Amino acid sequence: MTTTTSETRGGAVVPERKSVTQTTANWIDERTSISGLVRELGRKIFPDHWSFMLGEVALYSFIVILLTGTFLTFFFQASMAEVTYDGSYLPLKGIDMSAAMSSTLHLSFDIRGGLLMRQIHHWAALLFVASIGLHMLRIFFTGAFRKPRELNWVIGFVLFILALAEGFTGYSLPDDLLSGNGLRIIDGLVKGIPVIGTFTSYLLFGGEFPGTAIVGRLYTLHILLLPAILVAALGVHLLLLVINKHTQFAGPGKTNDNVVGVPIMPVFAAKAGGFFFIVFGVIVLMATFFTINPVWLYGPYDPSPISAGTQPDWYIGFADGALRLVPSGLGFQIGDFTFALNVFLPIVVLGLFIVLVAIYPFIESWVTGDKREHHIADRPRNAPTRTAIGAAGVVFYAVLWAAASSDLIATHFSLTVEGVILTLQILLIVGPIIAYLVTKRLCIGLQKKDREIALHGYESGRIVRLPGGEYIEVHEQLTDYERWRLVSFEDYKPLMLRPNAKGQISPLERARSVLSGWFFEDRITPVTTHELEQQHHAGHGALEGDSGTEIESGHH
Amino acid sequence: MAQHDDGVTTPDSGAAGSPVGSTVALSSESGTGVVPLDSVENPGFPPHNPRQTNLDPKKDKNAERQVTFLFFLSIIGSVFALAAYMVFPIVPGDFGSIRENNLFLGLGITLGLLGIGLGAVHWAKQLMREDESVEYRHGTRGTEETRAKAVEVFELGDQESGFGRRTLIRNSLIGALVLTPVPAVALFRGLAPDTDPTALLNHTMWKKGVKLTHDPTGVPIKASDVTLGSAFHVIPEGLNQRSDALEQKAKAAVLLMRLQPEDLHVTKGRETWNYEGIIAYSQICTHVGCPVALYEQQTHHLLCPCHQSQFDMTHEARVIFGPARRPLPQLPITIDSEGYLIARSDFHEPVGPDYWERHV
Repeated sequence: MTTTTSETRGGAVVPERKSVTQTTANWIDERTSISGLVRELGRKIFPDHWSFMLGEVALYSFIVILLTGTFLTFFFQASMAEVTYDGSYLPLKGIDMSAAMSSTLHLSFDIRGGLLMRQIHHWAALLFVASIGLHMLRIFFTGAFRKPRELNWVIGFVLFILALAEGFTGYSLPDDLLSGNGLRIIDGLVKGIPVIGTFTSYLLFGGEFPGTAIVGRLYTLHILLLPAILVAALGVHLLLLVINKHTQFAGPGKTNDNVVGVPIMPVFAAKAGGFFFIVFGVIVLMATFFTINPVWLYGPYDPSPISAGTQPDWYIGFADGALRLVPSGLGFQIGDFTFALNVFLPIVVLGLFIVLVAIYPFIESWVTGDKREHHIADRPRNAPTRTAIGAAGVVFYAVLWAAASSDLIATHFSLTVEGVILTLQILLIVGPIIAYLVTKRLCIGLQKKDREIALHGYESGRIVRLPGGEYIEVHEQLTDYERWRLVSFEDYKPLMLRPNAKGQISPLERARSVLSGWFFEDRITPVTTHELEQQHHAGHGALEGDSGTEIESGHH
Repeated sequence: MAQHDDGVTTPDSGAAGSPVGSTVALSSESGTGVVPLDSVENPGFPPHNPRQTNLDPKKDKNAERQVTFLFFLSIIGSVFALAAYMVFPIVPGDFGSIRENNLFLGLGITLGLLGIGLGAVHWAKQLMREDESVEYRHGTRGTEETRAKAVEVFELGDQESGFGRRTLIRNSLIGALVLTPVPAVALFRGLAPDTDPTALLNHTMWKKGVKLTHDPTGVPIKASDVTLGSAFHVIPEGLNQRSDALEQKAKAAVLLMRLQPEDLHVTKGRETWNYEGIIAYSQICTHVGCPVALYEQQTHHLLCPCHQSQFDMTHEARVIFGPARRPLPQLPITIDSEGYLIARSDFHEPVGPDYWERHV
């Protein structure tokens, strides 16, 4: 089809031959004004870095979950009505089970591609939670949660919690032995909450555990309520991403006031769109070759049997581990009431932990008092205390997570369960402290190294003997572009306590000062122009005519 | 810098080393942040290194072929998946057919997806415009003018409605709004029956004379069947016939085992609860309710596979390790006239995990 372009600005549309695309675009725009949106966003710039893909993986795996989950709903029956299984899986033929379990088996073994869809759904869910976790770590360690992105951090945190909830509710739907025991643990956990626990469990299960209501209720949560909230929160998350624009790492030409990268149309769209298909493809490949959650091996839920080495899905591990690490004998009876501290303590500890994660951006901004916008992502080493806190948090989580496999660790490495638990109990306290100290030292060490390289260049390994007999090592100087990456970072000083207008120092300000000291007492300042110039003219015997290299006596 | 009509600039090679201008004065407080006066200056964009496909038309052509090939591969994959759907049906009872269906369908779909994905990314990396563009940020907050307008909107709204002035209306509205959701919340009381949960938790199906039967068959157990060192999963007689069998089982499941009577350390008041060394204990863990099903015959320890609580069966299931707080409740048993094991009574305390209203 030939196209004739016609200027229609200001005038009536001249009826000319137009391509289908033009006609369609015109039709849509005249009804939606969408051209404005395309103009605004079409050439929006996205910076490129491999770590920026983690959030994309989360987004794409969520789309995969929505697609496959919708397929599954056409076959799954969220009912605990008892049926006798009569499908193609012979080992369970004739066994009484719930309609939920039976329909899960049916869609796995009697529907072509059903097993594949179930496995894609489950693998995508695991990838979803994992990529959210890694995405959060990326944001944390690069300080990308700082103003103006604190709110988006909180929304992202909500998404993480929703992902966990989605995972757990979905995992429990088939009503198999393993997930039923998971629900039993939830029942025990809820009952352990003081005052409201018993009744909450009663409401949740619609009577006594297990009842006949829980699968249907979890199904409503899993496919209606939680996804609706998740999609809404995700929408706000992405909207804020567009409004705030993406952070970028420091680099030559990149500043706090610009975004350097590729435009949405066409490069980013092609890369991101292509990446969606790659993520989808890899998930399908996993579902093709690796069995996940073989509920047919576990059998239907029954309150008395259980197998050794029971494990929740990995993302619930940290909570299960917390339950295991509680010392014996916590809890007591007061009058007519029982306070189950052995169950309530891990709930409180985990609650505090995740609340700390959620509000960390506000803590840090309170400590620094920094009200500026930050669009340059930190290198983790350039924020030693934050990085060390993050490392401590990671270790704390990792120990809890490892504890969820305490029995398997014991059997695989021929250790005693008691020894493994005791070790993990100690590690839970000591591990984060060690991680904090080591990480902080490492960061400061790396910063020193950066400073050294920025000022003196790389050791080239070339030893030169001067006419006077002195041996020196030739240092390769950095280019300005290379140096910029090492010297451009933010620097903070510890807060000086000053009395306010009334001549008083408030306790809050005192606390802030203590925290600020903790954060910034040990710091390496960025290289200044003055220092660079000094270094250039230091008279360490720069060789004439050997530009680009600096010679430095090897005494430091 | 090349200026595009959409305000996006391109750092072309000519701009290398040029100073980077700041368009936004971010003049907010820096707190304890150090604002250095002689920080190293941003050297500006480095010179651009063109990629191979831009330099060599042959490589450009090659890349084009590769992208096309990948897209074709995707088409082949999708067709293959369709074919696999038909060629590898599921044959009832044949587990291998499920595996083949899963494998070939999955491979086809994988190829269909990866072909598109890899092709698109390859296209973007090798053939689309490669140099980076620059877009300027503006402070996130609205301009002073916009903010003033926004404030004005609220003030007008307040004036025109009298929201701030007519406090009686306002406060009564707030009161009404707060209260409206309450009935909706109350409706959720219907999630559970009207009966009191505590009463249910305090009792199980066991009572005087109920036979101990095999789980899950429901066949009664004779004391003589319980040999030394053996352990049985036990349910009360008649459980399988009940409509609430799972709820009852979740409380009444019992583990039966026989030890040498002299190995048992029996406390006062429990002398008659075992029958010649045959003991029956609740199988529901006192921690969070998992079935405590792993019995170590040699040590007489019961282990909960969920959280590794351990109970010493020679000492009335006292906790010897793990997060559990209380011993497993013991079911008092004896035999009837025909030698079948029967319960002497219900458990003397609530079974399973702790709950707030629990007391003994």
